[in-house]
Amino acid sequence: MNRRSPPALTIAAILVFCFIYAPLMVLVAYSLNTAEYGVGWGGFTLEWYRRIFEDRDIQRSLGVSLLVSIPTVLVSTALGTVNAFALYRFQFRGKDFYKFMLYIPLVMPSVVIGISQLLLFVFIKKELGILTIIFAHISFTVPLTTLVILGRMQRIDRTLEDAAMDLGADEITTVRRVTLPLLKPGIYAAALLAFPWSFNDFVITYFVAGVGASTLPIRVYSMIRLGVSPMVNALGTLIVLIPLLLVVAGILLERRKI
Amino acid sequence: MTSLRNRLLLYLRRHERVKIGVLLAPTTFWVVAFTLLPILIVLYYSFLTSGLWGMVVHELTLDNYREIIDPLFFKLFLRSFLLAAVTVVLCLAAGYPLAYWIAFYGGRYKPFLVFLVILPFWSSYLVRLYAWMTILSDHGIINSGLQLIGLISEPIPLLHNEFAVVVGLTYTYLPMMTLPLYASLERLDRRLLDAAADLGAAPATQFARVTLPLTRGGIISGSVLVFVPAIGEFLVPDLLGGAKVMMIGKFITMKFVGLRDWPLGSAFSLLLMVLVLLVLVPYLRAGGSPKAFEEQL
Repeated sequence: MNRRSPPALTIAAILVFCFIYAPLMVLVAYSLNTAEYGVGWGGFTLEWYRRIFEDRDIQRSLGVSLLVSIPTVLVSTALGTVNAFALYRFQFRGKDFYKFMLYIPLVMPSVVIGISQLLLFVFIKKELGILTIIFAHISFTVPLTTLVILGRMQRIDRTLEDAAMDLGADEITTVRRVTLPLLKPGIYAAALLAFPWSFNDFVITYFVAGVGASTLPIRVYSMIRLGVSPMVNALGTLIVLIPLLLVVAGILLERRKI
Repeated sequence: MTSLRNRLLLYLRRHERVKIGVLLAPTTFWVVAFTLLPILIVLYYSFLTSGLWGMVVHELTLDNYREIIDPLFFKLFLRSFLLAAVTVVLCLAAGYPLAYWIAFYGGRYKPFLVFLVILPFWSSYLVRLYAWMTILSDHGIINSGLQLIGLISEPIPLLHNEFAVVVGLTYTYLPMMTLPLYASLERLDRRLLDAAADLGAAPATQFARVTLPLTRGGIISGSVLVFVPAIGEFLVPDLLGGAKVMMIGKFITMKFVGLRDWPLGSAFSLLLMVLVLLVLVPYLRAGGSPKAFEEQL
């Protein structure tokens, strides 16, 4: 077989990569640029970043975002672990249907999930705020953590567990001393992937946030709506880069062989 | 303590179903309470009457569904459908060469290149769409660049139209297409291509008669995973479409946030849900994956 790529194919692939990364490049370039528009380079500045660190509203939104994402990640990782364990180990009637229901929040358009959550909270007369955001976030991150941990589970060598049992360990000890340590990279990866999922969510949060609690994406959205301020570029750069570092860490953990 | 533990273990060993029940209970509760129940509530709201100033009157009616039959709304669905379909085609056109290049010529950089495709997907898509707003605007990098080299004198309208929406949708959902395509190309047995070549098939014929049919699974997965979120998209038409481009997701959001009409909005989102399920149920039943990145993890 021909080992060299036809030049047209290589060029096409490079162009698509440019398409994927152009917006991020533009974002970073503008965030360090004194010129607000155009192709011109007005000069290097950190002014936009300085303004972000002085902005009280942004600080408050960051606080809200973390207050939402951290509990979301903890709860959904725990639930995902238990769930993946049950789904992998046991056969039961209606398993496929169960999985289908579980995956609904992953595959439905966000708008549908968002309004259904909003109507739920209105229906049970729960005041909108941080708590409702957390509930909504857990319901769309649990399928994700389950999926990731289930993937890891399928790669575990079951004979290791059998060996533990043969050596006299009971089920609880086996799970604690053998299964969970083997699953650990998958659990960490699930947590690290769930974090940006929750942290970056805009659409679903938009519906269930109410007036008081604005997460960082909600704040960015209103900044965009109010008029394009160059501060958004700097804030956007930070929002994009920090969770990406977490994801890189997550993927590296997941890829580590058993 | 130990005896309690032993008795518990003995009990669980005899009662497999209890064990499954205990393990599944927390998430099941969550799925029922925060996914199934809310959908039933949307169903309920879609039969309620909308009162003055966005109030909801708890009287059952079929009015919302009668309103949906309006040709105007049919056009809204049709337009969303077409924009999503164009997005699928463009994602396929961009994703196939990319996936093919990585799968066949990526060599030892394959995992890294796949990683590069999915990486932006994990960052804020709100922020990335904002970046597209600045790129496509009248003072943006494209317009001012073209003006600088003298190709155009007036900025061409790139933002706030269907073009911008299609660019945004394609950009957002490209990884969902590329990853399943890559997975199916990666699984393709290269010896089949060698066999076709030995039998005298030209590269174009090999592609059309071997590669394309054998990667059909990836094409179907990618198309579903792009089409479903694209047809219900809110943020892309909202930011890049401006006032001119309306899509179902944006319409529903407006009925909930701006000009409040929750019952009508509920009826619309129920209809959207049914449309999406028509695609999803057969897809998932056939063993399709709910997320594109599953195989890459």
